[in-house]
Amino acid sequence: MKRYILKRLVQAFVSLFAVTLIVFMLTQLSGDPALLMAPPDATPRDIQEMREIMGLTKPLHVQYGIFLADILSGEFGRSFKWDKPCIAIWLDRFPNTLLLAGASMVITIIIGLSFGILSAVHVGRWFDQFGKIFALMGQALPVFWLGLMLMYLFSVKLRWLPTSGMGSWEHLIMPAITLGWFFTASIARLTRSSMLDELDRDYIKMAKIKGVSRSGIILRHALKNATIPILTLGSLNFVFMLNGTVITETVFNWPGVGRLVVEAIFTRDFPLVQTTVLIGASFFIFVNLMVDVLYAYIDPRIRYQ
Amino acid sequence: MKMKPILEVKNLRTYFYTRRGVVKAVDGVSYELGEGETLGLVGESGCGKSISCFSIIRLVPAPAGVIVGGEILFGGSDLLLKSEEEMDRIRGAEISMILQDPMTSLNPLFTIGDQVAEPLQIHQKLKGEGLREKVREMLNLVRIPSPEVRMKEYPHQMSGGMRQRIVGGMVLACRPKILIADEPTTSLDVTIQAQFLRLLKEIQHTSNLSMIIVTHDFGIVAKACDRVAVMYAGKIVEMAGTVELFDNPEHPYTAALMKSLPKAGMRQNRLYAIEGQPPDLRTLDSGCSFAPRCPRAMEICRKEYPPRVEINDGHTLSCWLRKGEVLND
Repeated sequence: MKRYILKRLVQAFVSLFAVTLIVFMLTQLSGDPALLMAPPDATPRDIQEMREIMGLTKPLHVQYGIFLADILSGEFGRSFKWDKPCIAIWLDRFPNTLLLAGASMVITIIIGLSFGILSAVHVGRWFDQFGKIFALMGQALPVFWLGLMLMYLFSVKLRWLPTSGMGSWEHLIMPAITLGWFFTASIARLTRSSMLDELDRDYIKMAKIKGVSRSGIILRHALKNATIPILTLGSLNFVFMLNGTVITETVFNWPGVGRLVVEAIFTRDFPLVQTTVLIGASFFIFVNLMVDVLYAYIDPRIRYQ
Repeated sequence: MKMKPILEVKNLRTYFYTRRGVVKAVDGVSYELGEGETLGLVGESGCGKSISCFSIIRLVPAPAGVIVGGEILFGGSDLLLKSEEEMDRIRGAEISMILQDPMTSLNPLFTIGDQVAEPLQIHQKLKGEGLREKVREMLNLVRIPSPEVRMKEYPHQMSGGMRQRIVGGMVLACRPKILIADEPTTSLDVTIQAQFLRLLKEIQHTSNLSMIIVTHDFGIVAKACDRVAVMYAGKIVEMAGTVELFDNPEHPYTAALMKSLPKAGMRQNRLYAIEGQPPDLRTLDSGCSFAPRCPRAMEICRKEYPPRVEINDGHTLSCWLRKGEVLND
């Protein structure tokens, strides 16, 4: 078990290093920032000066070294636009994203799991049909449309909830549902199919033969075996949410990381774009690492490999 | 065989309602199981032998499979009238079952100890050291070496033979009165098969267990069963004591099955095979279902199903051939 975790940790570090390399190279490929940032009436000398100030005239490996040093210093470079350490700007927005993602994730897990389990247990019956429609709608309806419809119903017509912005817990409800529904639908469908797979297995028959109650069969025996694919999808969903959800944030005017990235791209704020991409990729790597460890915890066959 | 019956199956009928018609998987099966007796259920794949067993513990695959009629008398009451909760208390405690494939019968995510302990926790409410002691005892009984260590291990760390013994220990943990073994040795190596059968028989002798063994292997029947019921297309066509059946197979189907066995010491180029295919259980007509494949079929065989007659002590048969002879006597 210790060796397994250690191996995964080393792999995570290698991936992280590769990510820094890719992010650095992509930025190089995206063009000359000095040229993009310079005002239209800038002379070639002005531009050359800007290049020097921004460190773009140094050899590539030196630039990469500086880039790495910036990351290791914890500042992640300075934003062109805000003239502040990128990490400070990101940290300013991240709690909002975390709040929204957390709330959506709670909805996803509670509703997605229970819908999936109930659909599997009542396969072919009315609840299953209802669940299918619910899941299909979640996956088919565009997020912006759903957000606007919720707003129309609950804010404009019923006047129960604030239309947008951040503040009280009431502000959180509609964005969390909007963001969560798509993921809830995917979790519900996956839970249903993997529960159906498990409920059909011999060890489930065996548990029934032993006299295990219906709830014990479903929750103890089948669900634990069905967990691994659900965990994989759930964790990926969570990272997607953590990296910001541009549409939901835009519709509900939610000051999260997603909108920060879009703003940074539009203003050619390269250090900030690099920072958000890098942190986003690290989330993927970190969450994957956690999930790998969780797999091993759940499934002894992985643990003893 | 004149033992007190512990289980009486009367005219059991289990049908599957599929989109393409009603499959009469078990269609009027009746038999008795004596205390301490071993009954063999023999027949081709799909003849309803497994489903008739799953019907006893009421675990027919829902929603397609439905027990539509009959009685299953156990301990003075009809199992078919019991509630689901009552059945939960009977399963694993009074009547237990071993499935065919030991590789898939155990939950891969739970330790051996936890899985053997589960029925004891449910039915006998054992806990702590008492529970562990009992689990050790069961693992010892089914000859698992160093049970203390094995209890903490997982199914994927064991061989097939070992897993089947663990399944045995698990389903027998609460000392049930009846054990149903659905092809218990089919997926084991030949040497392991004999070992496992011997183990079952030993446990049976010490605990007066009654067993139903579902198999298509006459070798197992000869080794382990006191009585045999031969099933064809959802019905029992012939039933007799093991020795009697091997000596005097009366039904053409039984006779054909016997004929298709390879014989020791005889060189045969080709094994005998029964012509034709097992019938489609959705489209059975009123006649004997074996008639289309029967070399001795007569006019009446295709029209009317032969009634069950006792031709010898404990030897019953459903066949017009013999019925005719009996009548002519």
